[in-house]
Amino acid sequence: MTIHNITSKGRFHNILAWATFIAVSVSIYMIFMWVPNEKVQGPVSKIIYFHISSAWLAFFAFFLVMVCSVAYLKTRDLKWDVIAYSSAEIGVLFTTIVLVTGPIWGRASWNAWWTWDHRLTTTLILWFIYIAYLMIRSSFSEEEKKARFSAVFGIIGFIDVPIVWMSIRWWRTIHPTVVSSGGFAMDPRMVATLLVSLLAFTLLFFYLLQKGIFILNIKNQTQIIKQKITEIR
Amino acid sequence: MSYLFAAYMAIWILIFGYTLILGRREKQTQEELFLLKKTMEKRLEC
Repeated sequence: MTIHNITSKGRFHNILAWATFIAVSVSIYMIFMWVPNEKVQGPVSKIIYFHISSAWLAFFAFFLVMVCSVAYLKTRDLKWDVIAYSSAEIGVLFTTIVLVTGPIWGRASWNAWWTWDHRLTTTLILWFIYIAYLMIRSSFSEEEKKARFSAVFGIIGFIDVPIVWMSIRWWRTIHPTVVSSGGFAMDPRMVATLLVSLLAFTLLFFYLLQKGIFILNIKNQTQIIKQKITEIR
Repeated sequence: MSYLFAAYMAIWILIFGYTLILGRREKQTQEELFLLKKTMEKRLEC
C-alpha cells in the first residue's frame, strides 16, 4: 500500500458527504417549514425528530460494536476492532444528543429536566457503559490486549440496548411511545419527517464512521512505519 | 420556542464539535505519517 493510497479517502467519501449534507438540509426544511406542530405540545414537539433519530442510530452504532467485537474475537483481525472503536465513539455522540435533547423536551412537556424514569435511567447507564468502553481502550498500550478487552466489553455492554428499548414495555413509564406494534402513533406528515430525519442521520453516521476508520487506519500504518524505522536502526 | 432553539443548537454544537475533533486527528496523523515516511526514506538512502 502506498502513502497516497493510505491518505486519500476516495470518491465515495465525497459522495457520502454531499448526500449527508443534502439529506440533513431536507430534513431541517421539513422540520421547521413543512411539518405541523403537535396540537398539545406546540413547537417543542419538533425536538423529537432528531431525538428519536439519534436514539435509533445510537442503538445501531452499539449493535455494530457488538457484531465487530464478535468478529474480532473470532478472527483476531484488527480491522474489526477499528470499526468497533469508531462506531462506539459515534454511538456515544448520538447518546449524548439523546441525553441533552430529552431533558430539554422534558422541561417543556413535564416541567422537569430529569426524572428517574426507567427509559431515562437505562439510557444514562448505556451512555456510562460506552464511556467506560472508550476509557478502557485508552488505558491499554498493547494493541492486541486493548482490542481483546474492548471486544469483550463491547459484547457485554450491548446487553443494555434491548433493556433500554423494552423499558417502556416492561415497566410503567412516563416516556411517550412513538413506535408500537400497531405502527407509528403519529400524523403521516410527522412520520414522513421522522423517516427523512432518520435517513439523514443514518448517512451522517456512515460519513463519520468512514472518516473515523480512515483516521485509525492511518494511525495503524504510522505504527507499522515506526516499527520499520526502528528495525532499520 | 426557546426550548426548540436550545435543543437544535445543542445538537449542532455536538455534531460540529465531533467533526472538528475528527478533522484535527486526521491532520495530525497525516502529518506524522509524512514525517515518518521522509525519515524512513533518509535512513534507507544512508
